[in-house]
Amino acid sequence: MSDADFKRVREAQAERNASGKKSGKGGANGQRQNESKVSLTDAMDTDLYSKDSGDKFAGYNTSIAAGDDEMMADADEDDEQDGRLVGQYTATAAQIGEWATGDTAEDDILESREKKAQIASRETDYQKRRFKRGFEDGEAKSYKETMQEREMEREEERVRRLIEEQDKEKIARGDDDDEMDGVVEHQATLKDGTPERDVKKVENGDGENGATEAKPRVRKRRWDTSAEDAATAEEGAADTNGSTTNGGTVAKKSRWDTTAAPNGDAAATKKRSKWDVAAAAGSATPAVGPVPGQAMSSFGTDISSRNAPLSDEELDEMLPSEGFKILEPPPGYEPTRAPARRLAPAATPANTGGFMMQESVDPRSMGKQLPSDIPGVGDLQFFKAEDMAYFGKLVDGADENELSVEELKQRKIMRLLLKVKNGTPPMRKTALRQITDNARHFGAGALFDQILPLLMEKSLEDQERHLLVKVIDRVLYKLDDLVRPYVHKILVVIEPLLIDQDYYARVEGREIISNLAKAAGLAHMISTMRPDIDHVDEYVRNTTARAFAVVASALGIPTLLPFLKAVCKSKKSWQARHTGVKIVQQIPILMGCAVLPHLKGLVDCIAENLNDEQAKVRTVTSLALAALAEASNPFGIESFDDILNPLWTGARKQRGKGLAGFLKAVGYIIPLMDEEYSNYYTGQIMEILLREFASPDEEMKKVVLKVISQCAGTSGVTAQYLKEKVLNDFFKSFWVRRMALDKRNYKQVVETTVDLGNKVGVGEIVERVVNNLKDESESYRKMTVETIEKVISAMGAADINERLEERLVDGILHALQEQSVEDVVLLNGFGTVVNALGVRCKPYLPQIVSTILWRLNNKSATVRQQAADLITRIAIVMKQCGEDGLMGKLSTVLYEYLGEEYPEVLGSILGAMRSIVTVVGIASMQPPIKDLLPRLTPILRNRHEKVQENTIDLVGRIADRGPESVNAREWMRICFELLDMLKAHKKGIRRAANNTFGFIAKAIGPQDVLATLLNNLRVQERQSRVCTAVAIGIVAETCAPFTVLPALMNEYRVPELNVQNGVLKSLSFLFEYIGEMAKDYVYAVTPLIEDALVDRDQVHRQTAASVVKHIALGVVGLGCEDAMLHLLNLLYPNIFETSPHVIDRVIEAIDAVRVAVGTGAVMNYVWAGLFHPARKVRVPYWRLYNEAYVQSADAMVPYYPVVEEDVAAMVGRVELGVMI
Amino acid sequence: MADKLRTQQQLEALQNKYIGTGHADTTKHEWTSNIARDSYASFQGHPPLLHYMSIGMGQGVERTRVHCMESMVLPCGPAPATEEG
Repeated sequence: MSDADFKRVREAQAERNASGKKSGKGGANGQRQNESKVSLTDAMDTDLYSKDSGDKFAGYNTSIAAGDDEMMADADEDDEQDGRLVGQYTATAAQIGEWATGDTAEDDILESREKKAQIASRETDYQKRRFKRGFEDGEAKSYKETMQEREMEREEERVRRLIEEQDKEKIARGDDDDEMDGVVEHQATLKDGTPERDVKKVENGDGENGATEAKPRVRKRRWDTSAEDAATAEEGAADTNGSTTNGGTVAKKSRWDTTAAPNGDAAATKKRSKWDVAAAAGSATPAVGPVPGQAMSSFGTDISSRNAPLSDEELDEMLPSEGFKILEPPPGYEPTRAPARRLAPAATPANTGGFMMQESVDPRSMGKQLPSDIPGVGDLQFFKAEDMAYFGKLVDGADENELSVEELKQRKIMRLLLKVKNGTPPMRKTALRQITDNARHFGAGALFDQILPLLMEKSLEDQERHLLVKVIDRVLYKLDDLVRPYVHKILVVIEPLLIDQDYYARVEGREIISNLAKAAGLAHMISTMRPDIDHVDEYVRNTTARAFAVVASALGIPTLLPFLKAVCKSKKSWQARHTGVKIVQQIPILMGCAVLPHLKGLVDCIAENLNDEQAKVRTVTSLALAALAEASNPFGIESFDDILNPLWTGARKQRGKGLAGFLKAVGYIIPLMDEEYSNYYTGQIMEILLREFASPDEEMKKVVLKVISQCAGTSGVTAQYLKEKVLNDFFKSFWVRRMALDKRNYKQVVETTVDLGNKVGVGEIVERVVNNLKDESESYRKMTVETIEKVISAMGAADINERLEERLVDGILHALQEQSVEDVVLLNGFGTVVNALGVRCKPYLPQIVSTILWRLNNKSATVRQQAADLITRIAIVMKQCGEDGLMGKLSTVLYEYLGEEYPEVLGSILGAMRSIVTVVGIASMQPPIKDLLPRLTPILRNRHEKVQENTIDLVGRIADRGPESVNAREWMRICFELLDMLKAHKKGIRRAANNTFGFIAKAIGPQDVLATLLNNLRVQERQSRVCTAVAIGIVAETCAPFTVLPALMNEYRVPELNVQNGVLKSLSFLFEYIGEMAKDYVYAVTPLIEDALVDRDQVHRQTAASVVKHIALGVVGLGCEDAMLHLLNLLYPNIFETSPHVIDRVIEAIDAVRVAVGTGAVMNYVWAGLFHPARKVRVPYWRLYNEAYVQSADAMVPYYPVVEEDVAAMVGRVELGVMI
Repeated sequence: MADKLRTQQQLEALQNKYIGTGHADTTKHEWTSNIARDSYASFQGHPPLLHYMSIGMGQGVERTRVHCMESMVLPCGPAPATEEG
């Protein structure tokens, strides 16, 4: 259940209670009167489990996983079930929400696409809490002031909680009338689990006391401060009340003035009447842009139109023209540009049916659509109504000449930001560059004042956020330490990114914070973030902890360690300690094994918190230890020495959530230990684990399973021990049908069982689960099959005795036949089992084959497909068992099914056919190849990828192994079909087709195939030509180059660009494939390449260059240096080409020639241009020099030119001149 | 434009990795220094060559090696004080 649901329920309850109290009727909630029974959710033993401590979850983390890795999920999630000691009788939250979120969620068709793109609409309630964080407490205040303010907030929170408790006690004492008792009882239980959720409301105080009836909703901040609050505030901070209490209250936005915020002073806005607005707008700027409120509402749907401000014309009409004067607006006045959402659905009661006069179309609502073209910006991709609030200034038509420099700067930034945010990619690029280049000129203030509010906009979309974050990133680099005054504001905006669902958003967030830390420096970062560490709002603390971890990774752990130590030992508040430990937890998650050098320091830092008085701190400490141990695996056990004892003894003392954390830490530390210790410590903890097997708590189950598999993986734990102590209990508690229903449990149980199996052996595990194969629950059968598959594929089937083998095959066949949905799990399972058993399968094969044949005949396509796939998997085993007869039967049946209409199934059938051909061989194939191949030729035309891939593979195999079984004419026919395949999208198909050309050419001689291919060079399609070129290369390779080259070179004489290019390309592939064989053909092709290298067409030269490259690399050290040098001479002038492809090929070719003829010779060409007066010449020469330097710097040493120095001091490498 | 930027970045990356690489604005002094350093490093890296040189110069191998090492410090003297361009 989401927070929103909870809130709704709670509000409904509060309402019901209110009405119940007034009327005294209990009828409405009769079903809830459970006073005679023990509450299901509440602890019975109130002494032990301290019901009377108010909310025992005070300060608990109500954060969610936010799609982070599992680790973080464990650390953060805090659903209500945890901590309950009595079993839960409802469906789990996950089950309830199953259809609401995640992959299975049904699409809400009413939700528009636009809405979905918005980040805010995807966020969880927890993540939405970012909107509650304002910028108010920026660097404007001193550190001291901020700290005092935080102190104040905490005090308020404490007092509020105190009042709450008093209320609760009052109710518990039965001050209210009897009728209310049932209700009150119910409240109390719900209350227990939820108060921490309420903390998020702290900021606006709204809903904080929602459930407590006796003191209905202390909305202190909305209109005025309530009595208690003011009192506490006064006594708390007599010295700072000006800035904190009052200031803070004003600054905390109420629902009413949030919308006015972007343009500042709400108070000033309020005083204005509609008169001012209209008059000002009219007189000052006749061509005023649309008023935002109207801009949004489209024609006809606007129910608030009668509340909209009157236009000038209307006022002119209504008021007499004499006696009235239109006033100039006071200086400094600017019209409200409140975001549209405020005006749209506000106070106007909707028209609720009944009679309505047909209104004439309001002219004001027409033609005042959003501007598509902002002056000075140009055409945008889009412009949203919300953008008006931020960029409205750009359309107010003010005269730029009258504006001050500051205002002009502001507009300039605004324009650039708008271009970045809404513009087309090229616009965005230039705008981004301008902002970056002028960042220091604009100044940090002007920039961030505009960027940051944009990022807090509710309707922000991913792309916009990405772009704005990018702007911040670029600007940060430029501003460097100028950014300091804005660190906190930036953090407020960027920190939420750290808990975003989107991985890339998180990475972006980290990047920014790390850059920020580098720019601002450690000291400043600490002083800015310190006040947030014990912030009252858990959300703030959580994000701050993550941000701190990023800072640690940016500036190094050692620099932050003293600070962390101090925070973790803070005496003042447990929140600070909690956050401190959380930072330590986040560091390994972020940095992985990079924590190893500082492991000792980090562990020491949090060691004492393991015995903290706050359960919450203890839990997070254990989780932090788990994270550290996980990151440092398999090293660093010595760092954990000090905490082993407290951890193990602590595990005995804990219950519930706390225990889960401790066990998790234990589970991660045990694998680090050496044999002896791990054995001992596992024994110590096993008792608790066995006890917790029975725990109903999902979280606990998960942890226990994980710990068991980790323990089983260590060498110190013996198979004997596991068999005796663990297996029985494990199978009893976890191998139950219920576990197969939940996907996460399913996976965990399978994983753990496999880990146990790795230790205790296949037989032990299979023996225990094999009966489940005949279970009636399908998912349970599937879980069993998956486990068996994994265990057997890891360890083979040698451990399985005869009786078990029989049951296993029988069971898995049963499972196969009983499946209602064809699943790949079963297919894999079956294949693995059969392959592992090998020849032991022989007795079962007839039964298996008959099952397969039966299923091949099935009406359902997926069943047929699965059956065919199954043949593919077991073909090898059938051969091993000598069941050639059965295979013949199978392939005959498959042959008959080649008319299959479903391409997926046809593909599988062809695959099965291929696997049979592979194992039985071409000669003994049944039906004979000469029947089979003609049947395949038409299938080659099938466009489905799977079919194509399998046919081409089958045909290629036949062409490779037994081409003689089909006559040449048939092969030629296939060649023509194959040409089409060269256009396939899938690389595998193109490759297979090319190889098949090679096989066919080998079988029937290259002449005919080559003629076909050469003709194909004339086609228009580029991909086809390229593939043809490749095929020619392959044919040349398989049939020796001399069969191909003459025809190919002859083709070059065709005066057609495409053909000549194709020939060159073929030559390039050809020489690439034939490698050293090229030495015999170099002198033959040199004239052709000469011609190509001096061609006008640069593509010609480019391709020729790549031919040179492949020839040169082929003939290294084979005595063709003269030819290579000759080609180099022709190649060299091309270094002044500018087209990237051409120049790249040319440089590559020169490099290749350098390899072939030696560095010294080629460098002689290079020295000439390195210091040429013209830069245009120097640039390519230096590129050549660099290439040579990188590849063979050492070889260059003897060849460096002698530099005649005029400076006498210079002695140029005289050592080289030594002569004996 | 973007291409130019990319080449620029590639060149910078290259230069970070291989100090001896140059670009169109490399001065004669930089280049000759690099050449000299590379040469001395190379001499030391080929013991037979070092041996040969030692015999030729009539001193111990180690002495030659130290000489090569020391010559790598400012092989072409300090950089010219004035920049022409």
